[in-house]
Amino acid sequence: MKLSTKRKAVNFFALSMSLAAMAFGLFWLFWILWMVLDLGVGALKPTLFTEMTPPPGEAGGLKNAIAGSLIMVGLAMLIATPLATLAGIYLAEYGQRSWLGKVTRFVNDILLSAPSIVIGLFVYAIYVAKAGKFSGMSGALALALLAIPVMVRTTENMLALVPNSLREAAFALGAPKWRVILMVTLRSAKSGIVTGILLSVARISGETAPLLFTALSNQFWSTNLSEPMASLPATIFKFAMSPFADWQQLAWAGVFIITLGVLILNIIARVMFRSSPQR
Amino acid sequence: MPIESSAQALVPQISIRNLNFYYGKAQALKGINLDIYKGKVTAFIGPSGCGKSTLLRTINRMYDLYPGQHAEGELLIDGENILHGNVDTIALRARVGMVFQKPTPFPMSIYENIAFGVRMHEKLNRSAMDDRIEWALTKAALWNEVKDKLKQPGTSLSGGQQQRLCIARGVAVKPQVLLLDEPTSALDPISTGRIEELIHELKSEFTIAIVTHNMQQAARVSDFTAYMYLGELVEFGKTDDIFVKPKDKRTEDYITGRMG
Ligand SMILES: Nc1ncnc2c1ncn2[C@@H]1O[C@H](COP(=O)(O)OP(=O)(O)O)[C@@H](O)[C@H]1O
Ligand SMILES: [Mg+2]
Repeated sequence: MKLSTKRKAVNFFALSMSLAAMAFGLFWLFWILWMVLDLGVGALKPTLFTEMTPPPGEAGGLKNAIAGSLIMVGLAMLIATPLATLAGIYLAEYGQRSWLGKVTRFVNDILLSAPSIVIGLFVYAIYVAKAGKFSGMSGALALALLAIPVMVRTTENMLALVPNSLREAAFALGAPKWRVILMVTLRSAKSGIVTGILLSVARISGETAPLLFTALSNQFWSTNLSEPMASLPATIFKFAMSPFADWQQLAWAGVFIITLGVLILNIIARVMFRSSPQR
Repeated sequence: MPIESSAQALVPQISIRNLNFYYGKAQALKGINLDIYKGKVTAFIGPSGCGKSTLLRTINRMYDLYPGQHAEGELLIDGENILHGNVDTIALRARVGMVFQKPTPFPMSIYENIAFGVRMHEKLNRSAMDDRIEWALTKAALWNEVKDKLKQPGTSLSGGQQQRLCIARGVAVKPQVLLLDEPTSALDPISTGRIEELIHELKSEFTIAIVTHNMQQAARVSDFTAYMYLGELVEFGKTDDIFVKPKDKRTEDYITGRMG
């Protein structure tokens, strides 16, 4: 009797402590979300999607910034996805023990932890400075460089989770290695890999620093990749820092759009990963 | 000529001569000599870690996937030593199928699970493929249960059905030999019974080598039994002889449950 009372007390203590820790974390998260909702929803209006970013004191929207973000993130993912997926496949299926694999993994880990501003400066030095002007292309390149290491890592990890018995079963039927990878291993890891891609999209959509050095920003409508290009994060940065109330309003609207987009991507990724048959 | 009529009628499908196997430097098989006869079921028994799986994985060169593992000696299938470096392992695995301990359905439909292996080796048109899949599922005693849901994922089946799907997958390639590595150890008694019946059916068309840790199962399903211990083949003979009057003391101890 006495022992079980003590056990219950310890249990109660541990439970309350972990609940308190969780509440502490959630408190800040919800405060942030609340603020974004409160100030963002108020700033929402249909003209956000139909008008360009205005000069101070005039009415306008975020059309060019939203489009620029979509273009650059889309292009970045087009560059990054095939490269990173192939690299992840190489690391998991071919180069586990080879020195090339080890070096690749090491370099990738360094890139993974490199601050995004360093990536931005790098692209500035090799691309923007050479071309002599800021451009949407260089922005997409910087975002791709940020997405690649994350996706290489998730692809490798997801493939490593596929049980070896499944690979062996495919080999035992006389399948060559590339068929095994394509038809069995990749398929088993599919939802995990796609989850990684979605999370990378979420991650790079909010990046600001690398874009300031590459795509810069553009007050006007432009889909020309060799010209400076507007983006949501860069616009938010500029507008939120300004003393003009209507610019600040637009910044909050932009923050709301990004937060909502990232939240939706995260939820989709979660649902996808959960519904995969392998887990 | 009925194979059962006399001992002379036994035709070796696989002849193993002085087979040594190494995991790196550790030797897992020591000087194995053994014939596996055509159209017969040969059971491999012995305490775990004695090298039963290793022996099966040598027969289809599964060990090739792992650098550092290698085999020495002769393993003749239809007179060809398949341990040679230049043997086409893809063609070899079309002749020697394997089913593993845990069911391993691929992440695709029941139909595609079976078509996967067939496509590696043959170009069949749609109706020929349909026929082959029905044939293989019938052989694996699974057709009646799945004929209306061939498009459903293989993973949606029960454990016993999944294992029969894996057998169907192996059978569909039309190999000469089927290697079964403890195919029922993850299954319930009813599923186990069905697979044992299945082995009886299959031996008219395939040579079967089965690893089992279940003595009764070995006695029930096999014609020949090999008892292995610490990487060596201790005794090999007709199942009836091995179980009734084993020659080696170690075999007797194992069979009567004094060891392992
Ligand atoms: N991948 C491996 N690497 C190193 N040693 C192994 C490996 N697989 C099996 N062994 C060793 O080889 C011996 C035989 O193993 P195995 O063939 O799996 O035995 P069984 O199937 O009879 O239980 C054991 O001593 C085991 O530890
Ligand atoms: Mg084993």
